[in-house]
Amino acid sequence: MASASKTKIALVGNPNSGKSSLFNQLTGLNQKVGNFPGVTVDKKSGFTTLPDGTVAEIVDLPGIYSIYPRSLDERIVSEILLDHRSAALPDKIVVVADATNLKRSLLLLTQIVDMGLPVMLVLNMMDLVARAGISYDFTALSRRLGVPVVAVNARKGEGIKELKEQLSKPLAVSQRPCFTIWEEAKAPVKELRDTLGVDNDYEAYLFLEQPDSLKFLPADRKNNVDRIRTAHKFHPGKFQGAETIQRYSFIQDLLNDITLRATDHSWKKHSNQLDRILTHKVWGYLIFLGLLLLIFQAIFAWATVPMDFIDAVFADLSQWVGSALPAGPATSLLAEGIIPGLGGIVIFVPQIAILFAFISILEESGYMARVVFLMDKIMRRFGLNGKSVVPLISGVACAIPAIMATRTIDNWKERTITIMITPLISCSARLPIFTIIIALIVPDETALGFFNLQGLALMALYLLGFVMAITSAWIMNLIIRVRERSYLVMEMPTYRIPKWSNVGYTILEKTKAFVFEAGKVIMAISIVLWVLASYGPGDITTRATASVQQESANLRLTEEGLQDRIAARKLEYSYAGIIGKAIEPVIRPLGYDWKIGIALITSFAAREVFVGTMATIYSIGSAGDEDETTIKTRMREEVNPETGEARFTPAVGFSLLIFYTFAMQCMSTIAVVYRETKGWKWPLLQFAYMTALAYVSAFIVYQVLR
Amino acid sequence: MELVRNVAQMKPGEVGVVSGFTDDHLSIKLMEMGCLPGAPVRFNFAAPLGDPICISVAGYELSLRLEEAATISILN
Repeated sequence: MASASKTKIALVGNPNSGKSSLFNQLTGLNQKVGNFPGVTVDKKSGFTTLPDGTVAEIVDLPGIYSIYPRSLDERIVSEILLDHRSAALPDKIVVVADATNLKRSLLLLTQIVDMGLPVMLVLNMMDLVARAGISYDFTALSRRLGVPVVAVNARKGEGIKELKEQLSKPLAVSQRPCFTIWEEAKAPVKELRDTLGVDNDYEAYLFLEQPDSLKFLPADRKNNVDRIRTAHKFHPGKFQGAETIQRYSFIQDLLNDITLRATDHSWKKHSNQLDRILTHKVWGYLIFLGLLLLIFQAIFAWATVPMDFIDAVFADLSQWVGSALPAGPATSLLAEGIIPGLGGIVIFVPQIAILFAFISILEESGYMARVVFLMDKIMRRFGLNGKSVVPLISGVACAIPAIMATRTIDNWKERTITIMITPLISCSARLPIFTIIIALIVPDETALGFFNLQGLALMALYLLGFVMAITSAWIMNLIIRVRERSYLVMEMPTYRIPKWSNVGYTILEKTKAFVFEAGKVIMAISIVLWVLASYGPGDITTRATASVQQESANLRLTEEGLQDRIAARKLEYSYAGIIGKAIEPVIRPLGYDWKIGIALITSFAAREVFVGTMATIYSIGSAGDEDETTIKTRMREEVNPETGEARFTPAVGFSLLIFYTFAMQCMSTIAVVYRETKGWKWPLLQFAYMTALAYVSAFIVYQVLR
Repeated sequence: MELVRNVAQMKPGEVGVVSGFTDDHLSIKLMEMGCLPGAPVRFNFAAPLGDPICISVAGYELSLRLEEAATISILN
């Protein structure tokens, strides 16, 4: 496979045009998700073999309606297509059009034709058009636009062979301009072409129209563009509306000529009768609530089976490595740092996969747009957008993909508020902490003969997180003042049966993104924590062994019990222990001692580390048996030396539960917020407000219950 | 009946023709999505809380907020 000469083919098209289905048909499993250089928009690319034996790289660009971008996702498309000198410029562009909505897709196609790029048109969903009694004259369409036209049915895989054949032929640039540049713009366009050597008129025109899409230009060239724009008093955006009208009139003429048999203009039977029920004022919300319950049920009940299995496999592996390899720091790092770190990543795979299976089905079927439709008015009161519902639901599994999902919100303020409050939604990493502490302090009894008290406590914590998220949004909405208008304008796609292979690809893609993106951070931090917990000033192993042997000389401990005590003492002497003791004065008002302090610090990497740290501190590490009952028993038996009573009193337990509900105890989330907001301002603010909220609430709870 | 009406004032099932826009910025988005002057538009239904609404235009369904719909003037 020659990599240097590999043809790069970009798929461009409207949202819902079936672009992703076509991408999946072309690439199959040969796809990967990366980032576009310098931006955080996901770049989906893959490889396909063309009939002539060459391998082509297919890039799936974000869905757009026009070359004029309106959100972060969309800007990447104009940047890539405008930068003709970049290696990222595609060799061929395929515009994927929803044939049932050809007019709207042609707007984008004519813009790309005018940019002087080699482009071809793929008409998807021709079967639906035919069913409506309409047909197009492809030959005439192709001749009038000067681009090849291929019809496909991406869902069923029809026409893919013809498309690949077309793609292996050379693709010429169309010589048929669709748009006439305004008189007023001709002089600056000419000057731009002469001084900057821009390839064609429309491209030069877009340079003038889109000052924000020119980040790829070196400063001097960009200044040159700005200078020409000012000198000719060219106002970006002034002619955009007129351009759209001119293009649509061209397109209407074209369509009048190529549409072979149009039926009478009857309103498309509005998405069956389904909307009557799914957006009904009672049934609509009930069905949505029912779906949410189903998703919760799946994430928390069904996912536990594979999660327990993964947990057990990694525990065994860690133990096996620890005993099979010669003892030493390398083995210890592998067995106690790297393998548990890996396990901590892989264990979330079932939940993330299930969550994205649901989200992808809801998106594919067209239902998600209805959820946005149902929730928009309610969400707007809190400074959010109907589209914020998706991230907030995803947040139940993990804040990382949830925050990435906020990119669909165009409005800056609504997007920022959504990002800021999403980590308050209780994610799956809090679940192990909740379960173990609830089991410690809430009796396993039923109330009213039906509700399990522990279950009620768990539900209350989830509700608390949600209520606090909404309250915080409402407060931020009052504080953040921006004069930017918020928009909804969104297509309501026709209901469809989801294409299962697309669902599969989404699950695969999101899971891979999580394992590799978030995994890297979790892994790195696990190693740092291992170092902090394994090393301290001086030789802590010798010191710990000596001290334990001295005090337990007449205790007649078993060898195992002795090793447990040494491990615990070692942790006390380690850097982590020193830090734990150092922060003890700060956390004492919340009812915590230095041991819990260590867990607070280690779980800053990721909340679920709390349970593992507790296990180590309460010295059950050597038993290799990390089942929760044991940890629970140890925690229950832990005595507070000051009072002589149990360490985990209800006051301490509830204080910890509240702390973890509100605290931003997650490095990976901070990293994602930094990436998504392109700076440290928002992640730091978020960390500050969530920590303050957690501290104050936990303080109140402890002081009241004490 | 008022002389100049807009989409936000339509009733479910009512049909009209787009005659213009009152918001420059929003009109560009709407026109790019095929909602052009002269295009027939039908008010399908509103969300349970009365806002946003769902309309049919250019052969597909579009949802938008009432304040956005109010910027689309119609003839009927």
